[in-house]
Amino acid sequence: MSAPPVMVAMSGGVDSSVAAALLLEAGREVVGVTLRLWGGESDSGCCAVSDVDDARRVCDALGIEHHVFNLGDDFDRHVVEPYVAAHAAGRTPNPCIECNRHVKFDRLLHRARALGFDRLATGHHARVAVRPDGTRRIARPADPAKDQSYVLHMLGQDQLAGLELPIGDLTKDEVRRRAADLGLRTAAKPDSQDVCFITREHGRGDFLSRRIPLTPGRVVDASGAEVGRVDAVELVTVGQRKGMELAGAAAPRYAVAVDVPAATVTVGPAGDLLVDATPVEGFTWADDPVSGPVLVQASAHGPADEAELVADEVRWAAPHRRVAPGQSVVFYDGDQVLGGATAC
Amino acid sequence: MIPVEAYLDHAASTPARPEVVEAMLPWLAEHPGNPSGAHRLAREARRALDDARDAVAALVGADPGDVVFTSGGTEADNLAVDGVLGARGGVAVCGATEHPAVLDPVRLSGGVVVPTDAGGRIDADALAATLDAVADVRLVSVIAANNETGVVNDVPAVAALVVEHAPDAAVHTDAVQATAWLDLAAATEGAHLVSLTGHKFGGPKGAGALVLRDGATVAPVLRGGGQERERRSGTQNVPAIVGLGVAARLVATDRDAAAARVGALRDRLEAGLLAAVPDARRTVPGGVARTAGVAHVCVPGIESEALLFLLERDGISASAASSCASGAQEPSHVLAAMGVDRDAAVGSLRLSLGHGTTGAEVDHALAAIPAAVARLREHAR
Repeated sequence: MSAPPVMVAMSGGVDSSVAAALLLEAGREVVGVTLRLWGGESDSGCCAVSDVDDARRVCDALGIEHHVFNLGDDFDRHVVEPYVAAHAAGRTPNPCIECNRHVKFDRLLHRARALGFDRLATGHHARVAVRPDGTRRIARPADPAKDQSYVLHMLGQDQLAGLELPIGDLTKDEVRRRAADLGLRTAAKPDSQDVCFITREHGRGDFLSRRIPLTPGRVVDASGAEVGRVDAVELVTVGQRKGMELAGAAAPRYAVAVDVPAATVTVGPAGDLLVDATPVEGFTWADDPVSGPVLVQASAHGPADEAELVADEVRWAAPHRRVAPGQSVVFYDGDQVLGGATAC
Repeated sequence: MIPVEAYLDHAASTPARPEVVEAMLPWLAEHPGNPSGAHRLAREARRALDDARDAVAALVGADPGDVVFTSGGTEADNLAVDGVLGARGGVAVCGATEHPAVLDPVRLSGGVVVPTDAGGRIDADALAATLDAVADVRLVSVIAANNETGVVNDVPAVAALVVEHAPDAAVHTDAVQATAWLDLAAATEGAHLVSLTGHKFGGPKGAGALVLRDGATVAPVLRGGGQERERRSGTQNVPAIVGLGVAARLVATDRDAAAARVGALRDRLEAGLLAAVPDARRTVPGGVARTAGVAHVCVPGIESEALLFLLERDGISASAASSCASGAQEPSHVLAAMGVDRDAAVGSLRLSLGHGTTGAEVDHALAAIPAAVARLREHAR
């Protein structure tokens, strides 16, 4: 039996370009697809028109079909609107994770299957590991500096069964070298940065201010005494140090809590940032639910720290920096993803 | 099995007819002349241009001096709107289902967009009311045949209405999609300005015309060397214009026979689809006049984007709405103006037939489309 045809999600970047090329080299039937998700301004190198052009030209060079799917409605509904709502509630959302959860690995995967492609590939730096029992897990890639296993933590067995991550065994340098060897125009293209629907030129504050009222607020210390002001409470993230006009005090202070209804940000010294446990909600699991000792990673490229998962709480083995509400916490067994949840 | 190919996107672009290609080749390979020059080679190019001008003038029912060659339909439409307003000032008015090449310049100039009926035809009462209410209307633009649906406006009736309510206004019609199917002289009677483009009726891409009748004038949009009697500067695209002229002669000769033959194929295709695809419906209400080439249906429960992907794998080239709109996230403005709801518009399919369309292509489409829809519906959730 020949290998099944595969649809490759191509962002117009070097990673997905090489992913498509590797599958083609392996003799697979490959079709490239670029998602058009955001109709507004973009300069981040993910959803811009020039990126669709790059993906199309890479497909032309590889001699494969290229299609564009407009999933803008889904993106608005599942990514942009929740992003705005989370900020309005003083939380710190991760829109890339919601895009993976609802758009790439739900809507697109479903469409790929309807179109006769049981396999979907992406250019993520991660691997799909097969366990002895036949179940699959997202696993860390060859290049730890580019590890994207964190943003793929929500994938379950059904999704993992159809997922291929062709560049997971390559370092970024190797990916770029392969692209250069193949003469692909994306070989030296910079990595995409930031959130695709927020421009570097205008920024997050501008984006949100067009959609929700931003609340000027007080900055207080643990005793409740006002120590400064912020223009927009909604833009403050727990753990943040800069951007608050703080009077006096020698030692650096950090945001430890954000209360939008009270228009208040509470700050404290570094020690106040440390907690013994982080409450979480909205679990997803690669396979069966897990509890007990796990490694927990609370940011895209942060460390994985020892903790115990007890009911709806991550109990850290050693005091841990606060996780901003809305951020994903991802559970690992060694280098394999067990599942994830959202800090609350 | 190698799938039968079916090219069902003639409203996007037609293949150039063999006579057209043959006539163009010498003007690409052998004749270097610039038609504005004075020497023999230049005069040869000038003559080729004027032969094409005669053919286009005859097709539209105008004098050769009325024909302004352009790069295509969009430039002709832009020149009509911006050129009339530039020469005469005032306000432009058009219907909501116009091609964006008219709609955008009308909107940009602060013009008025008039609603349409459920067929997408400009609403005569609303137009009359607008013309009565707005003092200085200088241009009314009405599309002869819609690019998405093929729906035909009664241009002579609109022109008569304009004479009655706004006698100072010029009437423009975008006849780009009408040229392959309708007698333009009759179908655009009363219009002072007519746009057309070669690649919608067997000519090449890159050559079109704005025909100015009854003394209509436009201020130039492209300025420079003063070609086309100061109305459109820029060296003319001689090979493409030669092709445009040949296509104009051919279409004048065999249009009516082609319309009868293709119209029967279109009706068979549409009836077959409605019979074989549960809940599919014709987008254009019955009784609304259409050109012979377009079958337009809405298929509930599927997305055109996915359907077109499957059809392509079966060798069928088609569109969801217009080819300009593919890639847009918003549903077609034409269907919206017709009152087609968003859910139905998501599953719209435009199959457009042309001069060379065969019964075998229609048979292939009738076999493939219901199967593709069934597959997508199986996977719907």
